Amino acid sequence: MAHSAAVVTAPGKSEWDGGVSPMGVSYGKLMMWFFLLSDAFTFSGLLITYGLVRSSNLAFVGDHSAFQFSTTYWPVPEKVFEAIPFFHGLEAPLVFVGLMTFILIMSSVTMVLAVDAGHRMDRKAVEKWMLWTIVGGIAFLSCQAWEWTHFIVGSDKATIMNVFNTKLGVWEELKIYGANLRVNQYGPPAFADFFFFITGFHGFHVFSGVLLNILIYYRTMTGYYDRRGHYEMVEKVGLYWHFVDLVWVFVFTFFYLV
Amino acid sequence: MAHHSDEPQVTVLPPNKEKIKHLWTVAGIMAAVTAVEFVIAFTMEAGHLKTSIFVVMTIVKAGYIVGEFMHLRYETKMLFWSILVPLVFIIWAIVVFVYEGQAIFPERI
Repeated sequence: MAHSAAVVTAPGKSEWDGGVSPMGVSYGKLMMWFFLLSDAFTFSGLLITYGLVRSSNLAFVGDHSAFQFSTTYWPVPEKVFEAIPFFHGLEAPLVFVGLMTFILIMSSVTMVLAVDAGHRMDRKAVEKWMLWTIVGGIAFLSCQAWEWTHFIVGSDKATIMNVFNTKLGVWEELKIYGANLRVNQYGPPAFADFFFFITGFHGFHVFSGVLLNILIYYRTMTGYYDRRGHYEMVEKVGLYWHFVDLVWVFVFTFFYLV
Repeated sequence: MAHHSDEPQVTVLPPNKEKIKHLWTVAGIMAAVTAVEFVIAFTMEAGHLKTSIFVVMTIVKAGYIVGEFMHLRYETKMLFWSILVPLVFIIWAIVVFVYEGQAIFPERI
């Protein structure tokens, strides 16, 4: 089954000759690990590219309290992500994203508890903790939807960008509110592009995770894993779910904190 | 399988209090690290030191997630290193891109 910690081999035979799991895990779990490893490379690629492009742009110099949005230098993240729902105009840097981090870590904890309940063949407890994990995932996605909306719509004050009008041959002032893939009020176009791509790619992982969690919950509820005799599927999806949390820890540091 | 009943005989084991307590301790440590990160975010001047502290704390959190939540710490040595060793390529990528990034910056101005 899932945990064959001690590997016993016949004399004269290698543990790689078949019949045992040399790594002590099932095929499915091992493949989930290697998939997550490859996914780690994908996210690393995105975050390293973010760092590369950021360092090839001008940085804001001076006191942070004097910071203003401009398309000429890279923004200070805590000045971009400082809004919270229902409090229009209130400056609360990183509070909302802190809440999102808390939600995701908590849903990781409930997932571990679901895996633990699965080891004990406790269907009722698996159901309970899977449901909490699903609630956490949906809460996180809802927060992200709000954050994206706020990022796209922008603040009340526009950022002025000088654009050269090729028809008239003069420089014109362009007022920018919010963000899209071409321009944004917070900084260079690449800033918003990376925001959409990195948090979007992570959000898509969370979304897929919620769907998988719902599937596991449904199968637990209908007694599928009791009939199968083990809850290893909860463990496999659990690995994926923790990985999503792991990626968020890095996104949180490199996109929001630094 | 001898029986074909829809309701299989399942033995439910009681929760292991020590294990559950350990999980909540880990969760508590993660929450504490995040809280300290917030304090640093608002009290320290931006710079290399602040960034380094954040990176170290992130790696601590990542260690707890992978080691405890994903249970990697308790897997066989072979699986443990099969996952950790390839990460050296990520470190290599960071070294390379930071080095290249320094060359790109003057090109863009």
